[in-house]
Amino acid sequence: MTPQPIIRVENVSFAYQVNQDQQIPVLQNVSLEVFPGEYVAIIGHNGSGKSTLSKHLNGILTPKEGDVIVNGINTREKQRIHEVRSRVGIVFQHPDNQIVATIVEDDVAFGLENIGTSAEEMKTRVDFALEAVGMSAFRHRPPHHLSGGQKQRIAIAGILAMKPQVLVMDEATSMLDSYGRQDILAVVRKLHREGMTIVTVTHHMSEVAEADRVIVMEGGRIVLEGTPREVFSHQERLRELHLDVPDASRIAQLVHSEYSEFTPDLIHNEEVVAEVNRLYVRQAEASGS
Amino acid sequence: MMQPIVNVENLSHIYMQGTPLEHRALDQVSIQVAEGECLAIIGHTGSGKSTLIQHFNGLIRPQSGTVIINGMDVSSPKIDIRTLRRQVGLVFQNPEDQLFEKLVGDDVAYGPFRMGLPLEEVRRRVQWAMDLVGLSFQEMKDRPTFALSGGQKRKVALAGVLSLQPKVLVLDEPTAGLDPRSRLELLDRIRRLNREEKLTVIFVSHNMEEVAKLADRVYVMANGQSVCEGTPRQIFGNQELLRQHHIGTPESVDILYRLHEQGYSIDPSAFLPEETAMEILKLLNR
Repeated sequence: MTPQPIIRVENVSFAYQVNQDQQIPVLQNVSLEVFPGEYVAIIGHNGSGKSTLSKHLNGILTPKEGDVIVNGINTREKQRIHEVRSRVGIVFQHPDNQIVATIVEDDVAFGLENIGTSAEEMKTRVDFALEAVGMSAFRHRPPHHLSGGQKQRIAIAGILAMKPQVLVMDEATSMLDSYGRQDILAVVRKLHREGMTIVTVTHHMSEVAEADRVIVMEGGRIVLEGTPREVFSHQERLRELHLDVPDASRIAQLVHSEYSEFTPDLIHNEEVVAEVNRLYVRQAEASGS
Repeated sequence: MMQPIVNVENLSHIYMQGTPLEHRALDQVSIQVAEGECLAIIGHTGSGKSTLIQHFNGLIRPQSGTVIINGMDVSSPKIDIRTLRRQVGLVFQNPEDQLFEKLVGDDVAYGPFRMGLPLEEVRRRVQWAMDLVGLSFQEMKDRPTFALSGGQKRKVALAGVLSLQPKVLVLDEPTAGLDPRSRLELLDRIRRLNREEKLTVIFVSHNMEEVAKLADRVYVMANGQSVCEGTPRQIFGNQELLRQHHIGTPESVDILYRLHEQGYSIDPSAFLPEETAMEILKLLNR
């Protein structure tokens, strides 16, 4: 039996109403399935519809046409929206818009208070969430005095405390420095290993390289889909779509164009290093014999 | 260095001083910026970068130490703060969140209009500023601000600051959150402002590719202190220092360092992908 998708996006179209007789179409007939335990990355330039799509995944936006089904629940069913949101948590780009409390641990506990979690369970979950994002030492600080990156980690902790099945990251690392980003990615990797489904919307191509599946959006449609390696092999097409490839791919292709033995479709830094090792050793052996 | 346009000496700042939440954000920081320079300030989150730059246009007054901008002492109670802010344009993180007028042209015009300039001059400046950031005056001036893309909004915010014709432009994470195309375009605009309009540019960034492309000189901040200063090549060549202060390197430098650590003879300060590819080819005798 094939596994049931945890999120099913079926022929969804969406438009923003500018004024009475003008609409800006953002999503056009998008269909997508996300399976339990998957790690999906959505890329596309600003205005391609990727953020709008991610806001459909837990019913923040509902489709103009088509349906979004989360674990069997249609996001149009307003009375069941809490069920949807307890399964799918979204972390957004701007931390400031997501912080509500005056003390870090209260902020992380905010969602739990709303669903009536017991004090003991709340403490366990807040501890877990703060630990996961490396912010335990800050639990008694006021969040507005933290730096942008630190605030974002708190926002992520607030979602993690709810223990959702699907974590959607809408450019959630784009305001972090590279170490902050690495911290968050390590957390995401760990959660994914433990079975959480991850959907990430991002501009960071090295982040995309970690996903199982990549979805490329343009003009409100899905235009390319595949494993990171497949997608990044379409360098020309990506350039047309004004998208980058990871530096590792870029370098591999540059070296390959001068030296055809060098494998072109590498996407991770380690792979480039390993490929240099492989060819170096081979050359050393050749000259030694 | 000739008379620096920005001169910070022994600047310290403590948030919530005298409370249990007391936090030392800046600790004896000294930096100098020459006129026409393009300077990057890098550092781990919480290292004090944003606190530092808020001193440059008097949003925060020095608690101890001095900040002199183009001869004006920011700590002096007699300073004309409006004159200072006309000289130093500060563009915050996510400036697009701060657009408040309904139409693009009005938003850019707000500053010069408040300065009491004649309408003709306001219009000229708006046109000039929009042109500098690559927004067509004719096409965009009557566009509603809410219907712009993130990249366009950021350009509008930048134009709003430029319309005051500052001598120093200070940017906090200028390209964070932009897609690759908008990022490259904005970087190109900033570089031109610096090189062609001779604007002194100071920017805070955690994007090392951006620092590599744009900056003449880099200050590294850690724990509220300025710990190191040099050209991008000098800074990125010092992996020890960057690791110690939790500052990332451009991805291509990471590859070179891994090779370097494995004992290959390689120049780890070659920080652009093209240079990295060249280094690898050299290594493989190609």
